[in-house]
Amino acid sequence: MAYPANYRYTKEHEWLDAKDGVATVGITDYAQSELGDVVFVELPPAGTKLTKGKSFGTVESVKAVSEIYAPASGEVVEANGELHNKPETINSDPHGAAWLVKIKLASPAELDGLMDASAYEAYIAAKGKEASA
Amino acid sequence: MDSGISSTISALRKTPLNALHRRLGARMVNFGGWDMPVEYPATGGPSPGGLMAEHKAVRNSVGVFDVSHMGDIRIRTGKTPGGALAAVQHLSMNDAAKLAIGQAHYSAMLYPEGTFVDDVIVHRLGEDDFLFVINAGTREKDISWVRENVKGFDCVVEDLSDAYTQLAIQGPRAVDVLQKLTNTNLTTIKNYWFTHSTVCGLANRMIARTGYTGEDGFEIYVPGDTKTSEKVWNAVMEAGTEFAIIPCGLGARNTLRLEAKMALYGHEISETINVWEAGLDRYCKMEKPEFVGRAALAKASASGLKRTLVGLEMIERGIARDEYKVFDAAGEEVGVVTSGSPSPTLCKNIALAYVPPALAAIGTTLLVEIRSQRAKAQVVATPFYKRPRKAASQAVTS
Repeated sequence: MAYPANYRYTKEHEWLDAKDGVATVGITDYAQSELGDVVFVELPPAGTKLTKGKSFGTVESVKAVSEIYAPASGEVVEANGELHNKPETINSDPHGAAWLVKIKLASPAELDGLMDASAYEAYIAAKGKEASA
Repeated sequence: MDSGISSTISALRKTPLNALHRRLGARMVNFGGWDMPVEYPATGGPSPGGLMAEHKAVRNSVGVFDVSHMGDIRIRTGKTPGGALAAVQHLSMNDAAKLAIGQAHYSAMLYPEGTFVDDVIVHRLGEDDFLFVINAGTREKDISWVRENVKGFDCVVEDLSDAYTQLAIQGPRAVDVLQKLTNTNLTTIKNYWFTHSTVCGLANRMIARTGYTGEDGFEIYVPGDTKTSEKVWNAVMEAGTEFAIIPCGLGARNTLRLEAKMALYGHEISETINVWEAGLDRYCKMEKPEFVGRAALAKASASGLKRTLVGLEMIERGIARDEYKVFDAAGEEVGVVTSGSPSPTLCKNIALAYVPPALAAIGTTLLVEIRSQRAKAQVVATPFYKRPRKAASQAVTS
C-alpha cells in the first residue's frame, strides 16, 4: 500500500494530514499489518485536548493492545464513529476511511519534526531488516 | 502506535521449519525462548492467513501448525520390566496403568505442593514404554524434574525433544487431508489414540489423534531435519489444497485453545496454582496410592478452595486481557484474568479468570479493569466452544 505523499508520519506509525489548521490522524498500513485483525477501537470524544507524544486512544487486534500517540497537540473536533462498529476498516483502508480523529492544531510548527512519506518508508524498511537479522 | 509485541532476537531457538515460516512471511515472535510464527500474512498468498482466518480455517475446515517446539521425553524399561510404568505413575497425576498400548491421555507433573511442574500428554508406546509430550518453555525444567524424580526407579529416560518435527493438522477435514498421506485407516484411530505407520513415505512415524484446538485433528512426528520437515509440510499443504488448508500460527493456536478452555502453562496452570483450583480434577487420580503432589492435594481438598477458574464473557464493551484485575459488584478486587481475548468463533470477548468460589456461579456479574476503567462481565459455562460431535451432526443432516 502506498504512503500518501501529502501526509506526515511518526516513528510510532501514526499519519497526519493537515489542511487549514485541522489535521486528520490515523495509523499507517505498516501499523495495521503489525497488529493483525483489528477488533476494537477506543477514541476520545470531541473536545478532548491532545498533547503531542501522549497516548489518546487504543486500537486492539485479536492478540494485542496498541496505544495511539498524538502526532501533534490540539483539540479533537471529531472522532471517527464508524470505527466503533467496523474496526476492521483499519486493516482494509488505514490511510483513508479508517481515519481516527480530526484535531484542531495548537501549533502547526510541531509538524516540522514529522517524517515525509519517503523518510517514513525508509524508516520501516530499516525496521524490517532489523527484525529479520 | 506501539504494538507491544516483542520483536525477534537472534539468540532464540528455531524449529527445523523456521526458514520456511520466514519465506512464507510469517510474523515471528519470541515464545518461551523460541522464534515462532504468530500468524501468516493476511494478503499475498493464494489462501490469505491472519489470525482470524487461521482460527476459522481450523474450526470450519483444516489448518496446519508447526509445533516442533514442544518437547518429548521417553521413559522406557530399564533392567527389568515394570520400572518405567512405576516411574510414570510416580511422576504423573493421571493413571498410566489404565492406558492401553497406543493410547494417550492428558496429565500433569506436580510439585510436592500439588502445583504444576507442567501439563503433559502421556502416550503409552509399549507395555513399559511411555512418551511425555511437554511444553516448549518448560523443556529444561521438565527433563531435569523427570531425571531427578525417577532416581529410585528402574527405567531409562531419553530427551527426544530435538529428534522430531511435530506437525498438528487440525480441523474437521484434518482426517481427509492426512488420509491422503498414509495407508493407515485413520478412522480407526479414536480421539487420544495413536499408531505408528508410514506418512509421506516415511516409515514408522507416530500419528496421534491429539491437538490443542478443541477440534478433531492429528499430530504427526517426523524426523527433525529441515529437508524432511519441509517435504512433509509441503506434502500436507498440497494434500490440503482441496480443503483450503492454511498454515496457522501461535495466535490462532491460543484463541482456539482458549475457546475450548484448554490450560496454558504460565496462565491457567503454574507452580503456584494447584490441581483443584485449575479444575483439572478428572485428570488427577487420587485413588492411585502415590504420586508427587498427592499428599498436598489430599489436604487441600479438605481445606476448601480459595480460588477457582471460571469462564467470563464481557457484557460491556472492552476486551479482558491476560493479567487484568477482576472486581466484584461491590468494587472489591477478587481475582485476575489468566487468558483473555476476543473469540473469533463466538464473536464475543471471553476470558478465563481465578475468583473465589463464592463468585463462581454461572451468571455472577463481575468487573474487569481495562486501562483503569471497569467493564461488566459475567460468569458463563465452559468450555466456551464445544465442537459438534459426528453423531449429532449426522442426526441433524439425516
